[in-house]
Amino acid sequence: MTEVLNLPPSLDDRTFENLLELLANVPPDAKVILNARHTRWASPFGLTALLTLAQSRAEPPVLYEPEAEETAHYWARTGFFTHAATLFELHGQVPRVHVSGESDVLLEITPVSGSEDVHDVVSRIQKKSQQILVKELALDAKATMGFAMTLSEACQNIVEHAGRGGWVAVQTYRWQKRLGRRVVVIAVCDAGVGFRQSLESAPGRHLSDRWDDGMALEEAVMRGVSRFRDSGRGQGLAGIRRYIGRWDGKLSVRSGTARIAIIPSWDDDVPLLKDLSPFPGTQMQITIPERIADR
Amino acid sequence: MINHIDLSSVLRRTVCDLYSDLVTRPTGAAVRNGIERQLAELGERTLTVIDFSHVGLLDYSCADEIVAKLLMRYTRAAATDAAAAPTAADAADAADAPDQSPRDAYFLFRGVSESHLDAIETVLDRQALAIVAQAANGAVMLVGRVDDSERRAWEVMYRLGRAVPAELAREAGVDVPQATELLDGLCRRRLAMRFDEGYVAVGGTT
Repeated sequence: MTEVLNLPPSLDDRTFENLLELLANVPPDAKVILNARHTRWASPFGLTALLTLAQSRAEPPVLYEPEAEETAHYWARTGFFTHAATLFELHGQVPRVHVSGESDVLLEITPVSGSEDVHDVVSRIQKKSQQILVKELALDAKATMGFAMTLSEACQNIVEHAGRGGWVAVQTYRWQKRLGRRVVVIAVCDAGVGFRQSLESAPGRHLSDRWDDGMALEEAVMRGVSRFRDSGRGQGLAGIRRYIGRWDGKLSVRSGTARIAIIPSWDDDVPLLKDLSPFPGTQMQITIPERIADR
Repeated sequence: MINHIDLSSVLRRTVCDLYSDLVTRPTGAAVRNGIERQLAELGERTLTVIDFSHVGLLDYSCADEIVAKLLMRYTRAAATDAAAAPTAADAADAADAPDQSPRDAYFLFRGVSESHLDAIETVLDRQALAIVAQAANGAVMLVGRVDDSERRAWEVMYRLGRAVPAELAREAGVDVPQATELLDGLCRRRLAMRFDEGYVAVGGTT
Protein backbone atom coordinates (compact mmCIF):
# COMPACT_ATOMS: atom_id res chain seq x y z
CA MET A 1 0.00 0.00 0.00
CA THR A 2 1.33 3.43 -0.97
CA GLU A 3 0.02 6.76 0.26
CA VAL A 4 0.77 10.07 -1.38
CA LEU A 5 0.88 13.05 0.96
CA ASN A 6 1.17 16.52 -0.48
CA LEU A 7 3.36 18.90 1.44
CA PRO A 8 1.93 22.41 1.90
CA PRO A 9 3.28 25.34 -0.11
CA SER A 10 4.77 26.71 3.10
CA LEU A 11 6.16 24.08 5.47
CA ASP A 12 6.56 25.29 9.04
CA ASP A 13 5.57 24.20 12.56
CA ARG A 14 1.90 24.99 11.93
CA THR A 15 1.50 23.37 8.54
CA PHE A 16 3.56 20.37 9.62
CA GLU A 17 0.59 19.55 11.88
CA ASN A 18 -1.58 19.19 8.76
CA LEU A 19 0.92 16.74 7.35
CA LEU A 20 0.85 14.74 10.58
CA GLU A 21 -2.95 14.66 10.47
CA LEU A 22 -2.74 13.08 7.03
CA LEU A 23 -0.04 10.71 8.20
CA ALA A 24 -2.14 9.59 11.18
CA ASN A 25 -4.43 7.71 8.78
CA VAL A 26 -1.55 5.85 7.17
CA PRO A 27 -0.50 2.47 8.59
CA PRO A 28 3.02 2.60 10.08
CA ASP A 29 4.44 0.10 7.60
CA ALA A 30 2.82 1.64 4.52
CA LYS A 31 4.96 3.21 1.84
CA VAL A 32 4.64 6.98 1.91
CA ILE A 33 5.31 9.38 -0.91
CA LEU A 34 5.86 12.93 0.26
CA ASN A 35 5.21 15.31 -2.56
CA ALA A 36 7.05 18.60 -2.07
CA ARG A 37 6.87 19.63 -5.74
CA HIS A 38 4.68 22.62 -4.97
CA THR A 39 6.35 23.60 -1.74
CA ARG A 40 7.87 27.06 -2.05
CA TRP A 41 9.19 27.69 1.41
CA ALA A 42 10.21 25.71 4.50
CA SER A 43 11.29 26.84 7.94
CA PRO A 44 14.17 25.16 9.82
CA PHE A 45 11.47 23.39 11.82
CA GLY A 46 9.79 22.15 8.66
CA LEU A 47 13.00 20.71 7.25
CA THR A 48 14.30 19.10 10.44
CA ALA A 49 10.85 17.72 11.25
CA LEU A 50 10.69 16.25 7.75
CA LEU A 51 13.91 14.37 8.45
CA THR A 52 12.54 13.03 11.74
CA LEU A 53 9.36 11.99 9.95
CA ALA A 54 11.49 9.86 7.64
CA GLN A 55 13.35 8.46 10.66
CA SER A 56 10.07 7.42 12.21
CA ARG A 57 8.86 5.35 9.25
CA ALA A 58 9.47 1.63 8.96
CA GLU A 59 10.20 2.02 5.26
CA PRO A 60 12.09 4.98 3.79
CA PRO A 61 9.55 7.41 2.30
CA VAL A 62 9.82 8.76 -1.20
CA LEU A 63 10.35 12.50 -1.43
CA TYR A 64 9.53 14.45 -4.57
CA GLU A 65 11.73 17.51 -4.37
CA PRO A 66 10.45 21.07 -4.81
CA GLU A 67 10.10 22.11 -8.42
CA ALA A 68 10.86 25.76 -7.75
CA GLU A 69 14.56 26.22 -8.37
CA GLU A 70 14.94 28.80 -5.65
CA THR A 71 13.31 26.52 -3.08
CA ALA A 72 15.39 23.51 -4.06
CA HIS A 73 18.53 25.65 -3.87
CA TYR A 74 17.62 26.86 -0.42
CA TRP A 75 16.94 23.32 0.80
CA ALA A 76 20.30 22.30 -0.62
CA ARG A 77 22.03 25.24 1.10
CA THR A 78 20.64 24.11 4.45
CA GLY A 79 22.19 20.69 3.91
CA PHE A 80 18.76 19.08 3.84
CA PHE A 81 19.38 16.88 0.81
CA THR A 82 22.67 15.57 2.19
CA HIS A 83 20.83 14.07 5.19
CA ALA A 84 17.64 13.31 3.28
CA ALA A 85 19.61 11.10 0.88
CA THR A 86 20.15 8.62 3.71
CA LEU A 87 16.52 8.65 4.89
CA PHE A 88 14.36 9.14 1.79
CA GLU A 89 14.22 7.86 -1.73
CA LEU A 90 14.80 11.20 -3.40
CA HIS A 91 13.12 11.99 -6.68
CA GLY A 92 14.30 15.06 -8.53
CA GLN A 93 17.51 16.86 -9.34
CA VAL A 94 19.43 17.92 -6.24
CA PRO A 95 20.95 21.30 -7.03
CA ARG A 96 24.64 21.85 -6.54
CA VAL A 97 25.20 24.77 -4.24
CA HIS A 98 28.08 26.80 -3.03
CA VAL A 99 27.61 27.75 0.61
CA SER A 100 28.36 31.45 0.87
CA GLY A 101 29.58 33.07 4.05
CA GLU A 102 26.73 35.56 3.81
CA SER A 103 24.00 32.95 3.86
CA ASP A 104 20.95 33.40 6.08
CA VAL A 105 21.56 29.84 7.21
CA LEU A 106 23.34 30.34 10.50
CA LEU A 107 23.72 26.64 11.10
CA GLU A 108 23.10 24.10 8.39
CA ILE A 109 20.99 21.10 9.35
CA THR A 110 23.31 19.18 11.64
CA PRO A 111 22.84 15.74 13.15
CA VAL A 112 23.06 15.58 16.93
CA SER A 113 23.52 12.33 18.77
CA GLY A 114 26.38 12.81 21.21
CA SER A 115 28.11 15.36 23.40
CA GLU A 116 30.77 15.98 20.73
CA ASP A 117 28.06 17.09 18.29
CA VAL A 118 26.91 19.73 20.78
CA HIS A 119 30.49 21.01 21.07
CA ASP A 120 30.68 21.23 17.29
CA VAL A 121 27.35 23.06 17.00
CA VAL A 122 28.24 25.57 19.73
CA SER A 123 31.63 26.27 18.24
CA ARG A 124 30.18 26.84 14.75
CA ILE A 125 27.29 29.02 15.88
CA GLN A 126 29.46 31.38 17.90
CA LYS A 127 31.55 32.19 14.87
CA LYS A 128 28.54 33.13 12.75
CA SER A 129 25.93 34.41 15.15
CA GLN A 130 27.48 37.50 16.67
CA GLN A 131 27.27 39.69 13.59
CA ILE A 132 23.74 38.63 12.74
CA LEU A 133 22.32 38.89 16.26
CA VAL A 134 23.88 42.25 16.98
CA LYS A 135 23.78 43.95 13.57
CA GLU A 136 20.71 42.48 11.95
CA LEU A 137 18.51 41.71 14.93
CA ALA A 138 19.73 44.68 17.01
CA LEU A 139 20.21 42.47 20.04
CA ASP A 140 22.66 43.33 22.79
CA ALA A 141 26.11 41.76 22.40
CA LYS A 142 25.29 39.86 25.60
CA ALA A 143 22.64 37.97 23.67
CA THR A 144 25.24 36.08 21.65
CA MET A 145 26.59 33.92 24.46
CA GLY A 146 23.10 33.25 25.76
CA PHE A 147 22.06 32.24 22.29
CA ALA A 148 24.82 29.65 22.11
CA MET A 149 23.93 28.43 25.62
CA THR A 150 20.31 28.08 24.57
CA LEU A 151 21.32 26.12 21.51
CA SER A 152 23.58 23.91 23.59
CA GLU A 153 20.85 23.07 26.10
CA ALA A 154 18.28 22.44 23.36
CA CYS A 155 20.64 20.01 21.62
CA GLN A 156 21.47 18.28 24.88
CA ASN A 157 17.82 17.45 25.25
CA ILE A 158 18.35 15.04 22.36
CA VAL A 159 21.56 13.61 23.78
CA GLU A 160 20.15 13.11 27.27
CA HIS A 161 16.56 12.09 26.62
CA ALA A 162 15.75 11.12 23.05
CA GLY A 163 17.46 7.76 22.94
CA ARG A 164 18.36 8.33 19.28
CA GLY A 165 19.91 11.06 17.19
CA GLY A 166 18.12 14.17 16.00
CA TRP A 167 18.71 17.33 14.01
CA VAL A 168 19.33 20.99 14.65
CA ALA A 169 19.21 23.97 12.31
CA VAL A 170 19.41 27.72 12.80
CA GLN A 171 18.33 30.34 10.34
CA THR A 172 17.51 33.99 10.21
CA TYR A 173 14.86 35.44 7.94
CA ARG A 174 12.34 38.24 7.63
CA TRP A 175 9.01 37.18 9.07
CA GLN A 176 7.06 39.64 7.02
CA LYS A 177 3.54 38.28 7.31
CA ARG A 178 3.36 37.42 10.98
CA LEU A 179 5.68 39.94 12.52
CA GLY A 180 7.17 42.34 9.98
CA ARG A 181 10.58 41.85 11.51
CA ARG A 182 13.62 39.68 11.13
CA VAL A 183 13.83 36.64 13.37
CA VAL A 184 16.37 34.02 14.19
CA VAL A 185 14.94 30.54 14.56
CA ILE A 186 16.40 27.45 16.19
CA ALA A 187 14.76 24.13 15.37
CA VAL A 188 15.74 20.97 17.23
CA CYS A 189 13.85 17.82 16.29
CA ASP A 190 14.19 14.17 17.13
CA ALA A 191 12.11 11.05 16.68
CA GLY A 192 13.12 9.56 20.03
CA VAL A 193 11.11 8.58 23.07
CA GLY A 194 9.59 11.99 23.82
CA PHE A 195 9.03 13.69 27.16
CA ARG A 196 6.28 11.41 28.47
CA GLN A 197 8.24 8.21 28.12
CA SER A 198 11.42 9.88 29.33
CA LEU A 199 9.73 11.07 32.54
CA GLU A 200 7.99 7.73 33.01
CA SER A 201 11.39 6.08 33.14
CA ALA A 202 12.24 7.96 36.36
CA PRO A 203 12.57 5.40 39.16
CA GLY A 204 9.64 5.37 41.57
CA ARG A 205 7.67 7.91 39.60
CA HIS A 206 3.96 8.05 40.49
CA LEU A 207 1.73 8.72 37.49
CA SER A 208 -1.56 10.49 38.07
CA ASP A 209 -4.80 9.66 36.26
CA ARG A 210 -4.35 12.83 34.22
CA TRP A 211 -0.90 11.80 33.04
CA ASP A 212 -0.46 12.34 29.31
CA ASP A 213 1.85 14.05 26.82
CA GLY A 214 0.51 17.48 27.75
CA MET A 215 1.17 16.99 31.43
CA ALA A 216 4.63 15.60 30.69
CA LEU A 217 5.39 18.75 28.69
CA GLU A 218 4.10 20.99 31.47
CA GLU A 219 6.29 19.19 34.01
CA ALA A 220 9.43 19.23 31.90
CA VAL A 221 9.17 22.62 30.21
CA MET A 222 7.41 24.71 32.85
CA ARG A 223 8.54 23.06 36.07
CA GLY A 224 11.97 21.72 35.09
CA VAL A 225 11.17 18.14 36.08
CA SER A 226 13.64 15.57 34.81
CA ARG A 227 13.78 11.79 34.79
CA PHE A 228 16.97 12.00 36.83
CA ARG A 229 16.89 12.20 40.62
CA ASP A 230 19.85 14.56 40.59
CA SER A 231 18.53 17.92 41.81
CA GLY A 232 20.79 19.74 39.37
CA ARG A 233 18.93 18.35 36.39
CA GLY A 234 16.19 20.14 34.47
CA GLN A 235 17.99 23.48 34.39
CA GLY A 236 18.53 23.51 30.64
CA LEU A 237 14.92 24.13 29.70
CA ALA A 238 14.62 26.64 32.53
CA GLY A 239 17.63 28.44 31.05
CA ILE A 240 16.01 28.45 27.62
CA ARG A 241 12.83 29.90 29.13
CA ARG A 242 14.80 32.68 30.79
CA TYR A 243 16.63 33.49 27.56
CA ILE A 244 13.52 33.75 25.45
CA GLY A 245 11.87 35.81 28.21
CA ARG A 246 14.79 38.23 28.20
CA TRP A 247 14.74 38.72 24.43
CA ASP A 248 10.96 38.59 23.88
CA GLY A 249 11.24 35.27 22.12
CA LYS A 250 8.96 32.31 21.69
CA LEU A 251 9.47 28.68 22.66
CA SER A 252 7.31 25.83 21.46
CA VAL A 253 7.84 22.17 22.24
CA ARG A 254 5.88 19.36 20.67
CA SER A 255 6.05 15.84 21.98
CA GLY A 256 3.77 12.88 21.32
CA THR A 257 0.26 14.28 20.97
CA ALA A 258 0.77 17.64 22.69
CA ARG A 259 2.46 20.95 22.16
CA ILE A 260 3.32 23.59 24.72
CA ALA A 261 4.35 27.14 23.96
CA ILE A 262 5.63 30.16 25.80
CA ILE A 263 4.10 32.95 23.86
CA PRO A 264 5.30 36.55 23.62
CA SER A 265 2.93 39.45 23.08
CA TRP A 266 3.64 39.54 19.34
CA ASP A 267 2.24 36.04 18.76
CA ASP A 268 -1.25 34.59 19.02
CA ASP A 269 -0.41 30.93 19.54
CA VAL A 270 -2.13 28.67 22.07
CA PRO A 271 -0.19 27.81 25.28
CA LEU A 272 -1.08 24.13 25.34
CA LEU A 273 -2.53 21.96 22.58
CA LYS A 274 -3.56 18.39 23.32
CA ASP A 275 -4.89 15.50 21.23
CA LEU A 276 -2.75 16.33 18.24
CA SER A 277 -1.84 13.63 15.77
CA PRO A 278 0.77 11.37 17.32
CA PHE A 279 4.38 11.85 16.33
CA PRO A 280 7.39 10.31 18.06
CA GLY A 281 10.09 12.27 19.83
CA THR A 282 10.35 15.95 20.62
CA GLN A 283 10.33 18.93 18.28
CA MET A 284 11.41 22.25 19.65
CA GLN A 285 11.39 25.68 18.07
CA ILE A 286 12.90 28.83 19.52
CA THR A 287 12.22 32.16 17.82
CA ILE A 288 14.03 35.36 18.75
CA PRO A 289 12.76 38.50 16.99
CA GLU A 290 14.60 41.58 15.91
CA ARG A 291 14.58 44.16 18.65
CA ILE A 292 12.77 47.35 17.77
CA ALA A 293 12.52 49.25 21.05
CA ASP A 294 16.04 50.71 20.84
CA ARG A 295 15.89 51.62 17.19
CA MET B 1 48.80 26.41 50.11
CA ILE B 2 47.18 28.08 47.09
CA ASN B 3 46.78 25.97 43.96
CA HIS B 4 45.82 27.08 40.49
CA ILE B 5 43.71 25.06 38.10
CA ASP B 6 43.21 26.41 34.59
CA LEU B 7 39.86 25.00 33.45
CA SER B 8 40.64 25.24 29.75
CA SER B 9 43.75 23.08 30.32
CA VAL B 10 41.71 20.54 32.27
CA LEU B 11 39.13 20.56 29.47
CA ARG B 12 41.76 19.93 26.82
CA ARG B 13 43.49 17.26 28.89
CA THR B 14 40.41 15.35 29.98
CA VAL B 15 37.98 15.76 27.07
CA CYS B 16 39.40 17.06 23.79
CA ASP B 17 42.35 19.30 23.00
CA LEU B 18 40.29 21.19 20.41
CA TYR B 19 37.54 22.36 22.76
CA SER B 20 37.40 25.75 24.44
CA ASP B 21 33.74 25.77 25.50
CA LEU B 22 32.45 24.13 28.63
CA VAL B 23 29.22 22.66 27.33
CA THR B 24 27.34 19.40 27.96
CA ARG B 25 26.99 17.40 31.13
CA PRO B 26 29.48 14.65 30.22
CA THR B 27 32.10 17.33 29.55
CA GLY B 28 31.37 18.98 32.89
CA ALA B 29 31.58 15.68 34.73
CA ALA B 30 34.90 14.84 33.07
CA VAL B 31 36.35 18.25 33.95
CA ARG B 32 35.14 17.98 37.56
CA ASN B 33 36.73 14.55 37.86
CA GLY B 34 39.94 16.07 36.49
CA ILE B 35 39.81 18.79 39.14
CA GLU B 36 39.11 16.28 41.90
CA ARG B 37 42.04 14.14 40.80
CA GLN B 38 44.31 17.18 41.04
CA LEU B 39 42.90 18.06 44.45
CA ALA B 40 43.43 14.49 45.64
CA GLU B 41 47.16 14.94 45.15
CA LEU B 42 47.21 17.99 47.37
CA GLY B 43 47.26 18.39 51.12
CA GLU B 44 44.55 18.02 53.68
CA ARG B 45 43.60 21.69 53.53
CA THR B 46 43.67 23.55 50.21
CA LEU B 47 42.66 26.83 48.64
CA THR B 48 42.33 26.39 44.88
CA VAL B 49 41.91 29.05 42.24
CA ILE B 50 39.63 27.66 39.54
CA ASP B 51 40.45 29.79 36.53
CA PHE B 52 37.79 30.45 33.88
CA SER B 53 39.89 33.05 32.02
CA HIS B 54 40.38 30.95 28.89
CA VAL B 55 36.96 29.36 28.84
CA GLY B 56 34.62 30.48 26.06
CA LEU B 57 31.08 29.42 26.75
CA LEU B 58 29.79 27.84 29.94
CA ASP B 59 26.33 26.31 29.77
CA TYR B 60 24.01 25.40 32.65
CA SER B 61 24.78 21.70 32.52
CA CYS B 62 28.50 22.27 32.75
CA ALA B 63 28.10 24.92 35.44
CA ASP B 64 26.08 22.44 37.48
CA GLU B 65 28.66 19.69 37.07
CA ILE B 66 31.77 21.79 37.58
CA VAL B 67 30.78 24.48 40.06
CA ALA B 68 27.73 23.23 41.96
CA LYS B 69 28.67 19.58 42.26
CA LEU B 70 32.28 20.34 43.15
CA LEU B 71 31.16 22.70 45.86
CA MET B 72 28.43 20.40 47.13
CA ARG B 73 30.95 17.67 47.71
CA TYR B 74 33.11 19.80 49.97
CA THR B 75 30.35 21.73 51.71
CA ARG B 76 28.71 18.39 52.49
CA ALA B 77 31.99 17.05 53.78
CA ALA B 78 32.31 20.10 56.03
CA ALA B 79 28.73 19.74 57.25
CA THR B 80 29.32 16.04 57.91
CA ASP B 81 32.46 16.82 59.88
CA ALA B 82 30.48 19.29 61.93
CA ALA B 83 27.44 17.07 62.45
CA ALA B 84 29.02 13.58 62.55
CA ALA B 85 27.05 10.78 60.79
CA PRO B 86 27.46 10.65 56.99
CA THR B 87 24.36 10.49 54.79
CA ALA B 88 23.61 7.96 52.05
CA ALA B 89 24.45 10.65 49.48
CA ASP B 90 27.86 11.14 51.12
CA ALA B 91 28.51 7.42 50.91
CA ALA B 92 27.54 7.39 47.21
CA ASP B 93 29.78 10.36 46.49
CA ALA B 94 32.64 8.84 48.41
CA ALA B 95 32.39 5.72 46.27
CA ASP B 96 32.77 7.82 43.07
CA ALA B 97 35.35 10.21 44.37
CA PRO B 98 39.09 9.86 43.95
CA ASP B 99 40.84 8.56 47.06
CA GLN B 100 42.42 10.87 49.61
CA SER B 101 40.47 13.96 48.58
CA PRO B 102 41.16 16.91 50.83
CA ARG B 103 38.45 17.19 53.43
CA ASP B 104 38.97 20.91 53.75
CA ALA B 105 38.97 22.41 50.26
CA TYR B 106 38.17 26.04 49.45
CA PHE B 107 37.78 27.63 46.04
CA LEU B 108 38.14 31.02 44.40
CA PHE B 109 36.62 31.17 40.92
CA ARG B 110 38.73 33.52 38.83
CA GLY B 111 38.27 35.06 35.35
CA VAL B 112 34.51 34.71 35.56
CA SER B 113 32.82 36.66 32.76
CA GLU B 114 29.30 38.03 32.73
CA SER B 115 28.06 35.14 30.61
CA HIS B 116 29.74 32.58 32.89
CA LEU B 117 28.06 34.30 35.84
CA ASP B 118 24.65 33.83 34.28
CA ALA B 119 25.03 30.05 34.29
CA ILE B 120 26.87 29.89 37.62
CA GLU B 121 24.36 32.04 39.52
CA THR B 122 21.51 29.92 38.20
CA VAL B 123 22.93 26.60 39.30
CA LEU B 124 24.09 27.94 42.66
CA ASP B 125 20.67 29.35 43.39
CA ARG B 126 19.04 26.02 42.56
CA GLN B 127 21.29 24.21 45.07
CA ALA B 128 21.34 27.05 47.65
CA LEU B 129 25.11 27.39 47.29
CA ALA B 130 27.47 30.34 47.04
CA ILE B 131 31.00 30.94 45.80
CA VAL B 132 33.59 33.65 45.85
CA ALA B 133 34.25 34.81 42.29
CA GLN B 134 36.85 37.16 40.89
CA ALA B 135 36.00 39.01 37.69
CA ALA B 136 38.53 39.80 34.97
CA ASN B 137 39.01 43.29 36.47
CA GLY B 138 40.03 41.77 39.80
CA ALA B 139 36.82 42.58 41.67
CA VAL B 140 35.96 39.88 44.22
CA MET B 141 32.32 39.12 44.94
CA LEU B 142 30.00 36.62 46.50
CA VAL B 143 27.84 34.84 43.93
CA GLY B 144 24.87 32.61 44.64
CA ARG B 145 22.51 32.34 47.55
CA VAL B 146 23.74 34.32 50.52
CA ASP B 147 21.57 36.02 53.12
CA ASP B 148 22.16 39.58 54.28
CA SER B 149 23.89 38.68 57.55
CA GLU B 150 26.24 36.26 55.81
CA ARG B 151 27.07 38.84 53.16
CA ARG B 152 27.73 41.52 55.79
CA ALA B 153 29.95 39.16 57.78
CA TRP B 154 31.91 38.14 54.70
CA GLU B 155 32.39 41.76 53.62
CA VAL B 156 33.62 42.80 57.06
CA MET B 157 36.05 39.89 57.08
CA TYR B 158 37.24 40.73 53.55
CA ARG B 159 37.81 44.35 54.56
CA LEU B 160 39.63 43.51 57.78
CA GLY B 161 41.79 40.81 56.17
CA ARG B 162 41.48 38.60 59.23
CA ALA B 163 38.76 38.74 61.83
CA VAL B 164 37.96 37.22 65.19
CA PRO B 165 34.34 36.93 66.33
CA ALA B 166 34.64 39.91 68.65
CA GLU B 167 35.76 42.16 65.79
CA LEU B 168 32.98 40.99 63.53
CA ALA B 169 30.47 41.44 66.35
CA ARG B 170 31.60 45.02 66.78
CA GLU B 171 31.67 45.84 63.06
CA ALA B 172 28.42 44.09 62.15
CA GLY B 173 26.44 45.03 65.23
CA VAL B 174 25.74 41.51 66.44
CA ASP B 175 26.71 39.71 69.66
CA VAL B 176 29.79 37.49 69.81
CA PRO B 177 28.01 34.09 69.77
CA GLN B 178 26.06 35.25 66.72
CA ALA B 179 29.28 36.38 65.05
CA THR B 180 30.93 33.04 65.81
CA GLU B 181 27.97 31.20 64.36
CA LEU B 182 28.04 33.33 61.23
CA LEU B 183 31.76 32.81 60.70
CA ASP B 184 31.55 29.06 61.27
CA GLY B 185 28.64 28.93 58.82
CA LEU B 186 30.68 30.77 56.20
CA CYS B 187 33.51 28.28 56.72
CA ARG B 188 31.13 25.35 56.21
CA ARG B 189 29.90 27.01 53.02
CA ARG B 190 33.56 27.31 51.85
CA LEU B 191 33.36 31.12 51.80
CA ALA B 192 35.78 31.66 54.65
CA MET B 193 38.70 29.80 56.23
CA ARG B 194 39.47 29.47 59.90
CA PHE B 195 43.00 29.88 61.19
CA ASP B 196 43.20 29.17 64.93
CA GLU B 197 40.89 31.77 66.46
CA GLY B 198 40.79 34.01 63.38
CA TYR B 199 38.80 33.82 60.16
CA VAL B 200 39.80 34.92 56.66
CA ALA B 201 37.48 35.51 53.71
CA VAL B 202 38.19 33.35 50.69
CA GLY B 203 39.37 35.82 48.06
CA GLY B 204 40.88 38.04 50.69
CA THR B 205 43.99 35.89 50.84
CA THR B 206 45.08 35.83 47.20
